Amino acid sequence: MNLEFTPEENAFREEVRAFIEENHPKHLEGMGNREDMSPEDMTAWHKILGKKGWSAPAWPVEYGGTGWDATQRYIWSEENARVGTFMPLPFGVSMVGPVIYTFGNEEQKKQHLPGILSGEEWWCQGYSEPGAGSDLASLKTTAVRDGDHYVINGQKTWTTLAQHADWGFFLCRTDPDAAKPQEGISFILVDMKTPGVEVKPIKLIDGGYEVNETWLTDVRVPVENLVGEENKGWTYAKFLLAHERSGIAGVARSKRGVEKLREIAAAETLEGKPLIEDFDFARKVSQLEIDLAALEITELRTLAGEQAGKGPGPESSILKIKGTEIQQRLTELTLEAVGSYGTPMYGSIADHGSNEYQIGPDYAQHSAATYFNMRKTSIYGGSNEIQRNIITKMILGL
Amino acid sequence: MDFNFTEEQDMVRDGLSRMVREQYGAEERRQLIATDAGWSREVWSQLAELGILGMSFSEEDGGFGGGAIDSMVVMEEFGKGLVVEPYVPTVVCAGGFLKHAGTAAQKEEHIGGIVSGERVFAFAYAEPRGRYDLANLETSAKKDGGDYVLNGHKAVVIGAPWASHLVVTARTSGEQTDKQGISVFIVDKSAEGVTTRDYATVDGRRASEVYFENVRLPADALIGEEGNAFPLIERVTDEAIAAQCAEACGAMKVAHAMTLEYAKQRKQFGVPIASFQVLQHRMVDMYTEYECSVSMTYLATLRLEKEERERKQAVSAAKVRVGQAAHHIGEEAIQIHGGNGMTDEYAIGHYFKRLTIFDSEFGNIDHHMKRHIALASG
Repeated sequence: MNLEFTPEENAFREEVRAFIEENHPKHLEGMGNREDMSPEDMTAWHKILGKKGWSAPAWPVEYGGTGWDATQRYIWSEENARVGTFMPLPFGVSMVGPVIYTFGNEEQKKQHLPGILSGEEWWCQGYSEPGAGSDLASLKTTAVRDGDHYVINGQKTWTTLAQHADWGFFLCRTDPDAAKPQEGISFILVDMKTPGVEVKPIKLIDGGYEVNETWLTDVRVPVENLVGEENKGWTYAKFLLAHERSGIAGVARSKRGVEKLREIAAAETLEGKPLIEDFDFARKVSQLEIDLAALEITELRTLAGEQAGKGPGPESSILKIKGTEIQQRLTELTLEAVGSYGTPMYGSIADHGSNEYQIGPDYAQHSAATYFNMRKTSIYGGSNEIQRNIITKMILGL
Repeated sequence: MDFNFTEEQDMVRDGLSRMVREQYGAEERRQLIATDAGWSREVWSQLAELGILGMSFSEEDGGFGGGAIDSMVVMEEFGKGLVVEPYVPTVVCAGGFLKHAGTAAQKEEHIGGIVSGERVFAFAYAEPRGRYDLANLETSAKKDGGDYVLNGHKAVVIGAPWASHLVVTARTSGEQTDKQGISVFIVDKSAEGVTTRDYATVDGRRASEVYFENVRLPADALIGEEGNAFPLIERVTDEAIAAQCAEACGAMKVAHAMTLEYAKQRKQFGVPIASFQVLQHRMVDMYTEYECSVSMTYLATLRLEKEERERKQAVSAAKVRVGQAAHHIGEEAIQIHGGNGMTDEYAIGHYFKRLTIFDSEFGNIDHHMKRHIALASG
């Protein structure tokens, strides 16, 4: 038992660090806020990694993965967090990709995996509906077979970045008479340019437009776009959610976030001294750091288990709960640290013409918006209450 | 990175686990802690026979070549059965001082007896006014010719009634809270001038207030360098903390399992109370706290051999996090057991009591939070 990296692993770290330094676009370093980013910016690093063959480290090598073990992938995420790269969006690489290579047919693999890897094919997720959030299996969007097509009707919501998406994966009801709601659902790939697909942005509390309502009206999709078997979509959906959760802890990013928080608290003053020297504040930061250490080792233990052949199991629900709590706490403390300069709304200055002038220090610019935005993390990917239900069932055995 | 235990460690865990299950059930323990002695020499001898007491010593010192990970394995099993026998004071603390700073003669004199189970130690470090500050010492050891003369009062010395020998921290020079001027001695409890007031602790163990009045110690009672023992004391204390974190993990694991089992059996409103989501989620949170504690115990244990700052940071982080989890799990376990959790008859209350006292040993949450903050800024 040990926590040390081997000389080979340290050499690997050097290699990926050098690659990131040479290839990551400088103007995108530390860009965490999607509000400031163009779609090109969001896929820039993904496309560079695609060319290198590093965009989907966790995939099996035969489908384009890197063959890195869990420790190497952990090092990879640490090195990316160090620079603050904008990692490939999860919808293709972490979600639909694994579903396609696991349950899809050869045609689907050939059609989609290369674009997912290269970053050319932008994906969005059509799961939630206005009436189906935590109770996802109650979804109402229907796909009715009509010759060689499914005709899809319904409304999806919270479709993240669908405004830029080329493709979407949708859960649709194909058997309204199934004995259980989970049994009549299919997993269907939809070209977002198909007539009848309409994407309407939703403004969120942080002022941004990250998610959308997606309306589907008589959308005709070739039956070849069904993944796996008809009415077996729930199995694929659950598989996908477990994959989504395993990367969701965000340990490396949060570690970098704590470092930044310490820098901010060193720059801010309270009663003539750096804020970080205030015991009450320092205590909150230390508690966060301690909780993060516990999460980190827990994630490493889980990764070690995966390496030993176990797939992402219900333990990933713990990582999701703790990881998102810590991400939220980090943004909460950052907002607290910047004091009054958390108040001005970014980009709202009415001083006619000058766009260089900003209110307050750099580090305060998005602090409130980021805090507001991060409330989503305990809601998405299966809310943290749903995660507790999963642990209740799978680990406590109730 | 590797989270696997060796085959030997797995074997020791299995053997110890069987022994604790078979001989240290709730009822056996209840009877044991009610005896005059309050512990079992027989169990201690068995631990020696199983090689448990010698595991963490090097082969050249007369042990079996293990280390802190072995102590972690042992203490987790102890925690599951709330074993009271003094492994931490004897093997981790006294053993630690001897391993790190003992002379060949001192090792020869004491380690064999520890490994064979004949020599039992207690670690007398705390004082009535020192709270958790290991350097705040009123106990003094003054040079007198070739001897030292020891005077002072040590507080809540766990396991002292069972011990033949004490490891004592004392001031040989400097002011009351100086980090310099501190030394460590091995004291034969039967030496003239040593008196004890023995008592039971709320978590089923025994302890003493220990008084030294002009106790003459020969020069070779000193372990390590005179006046420079503080870093050594911190190191051994950190090792003890890591071991006790493992003990807490064992106790938390059982407390959680007992609570889950109880909730499945106990019916109210015509259904098992485990079917209530409000209780399910609380038991999930207990489980999460336990898992985080296991992680922090690994972290602390695997950082013990690192340079001082890294070691202290990991140990303090673990003590804070496991302390919080211990309180959380203990209190929730009682709540979910309802009125039955309040009774002495149910085992859960005994786990709750041990998990409560865990926090105040070797520095509580606040103490280690302060140390963590100081290390982060320094």
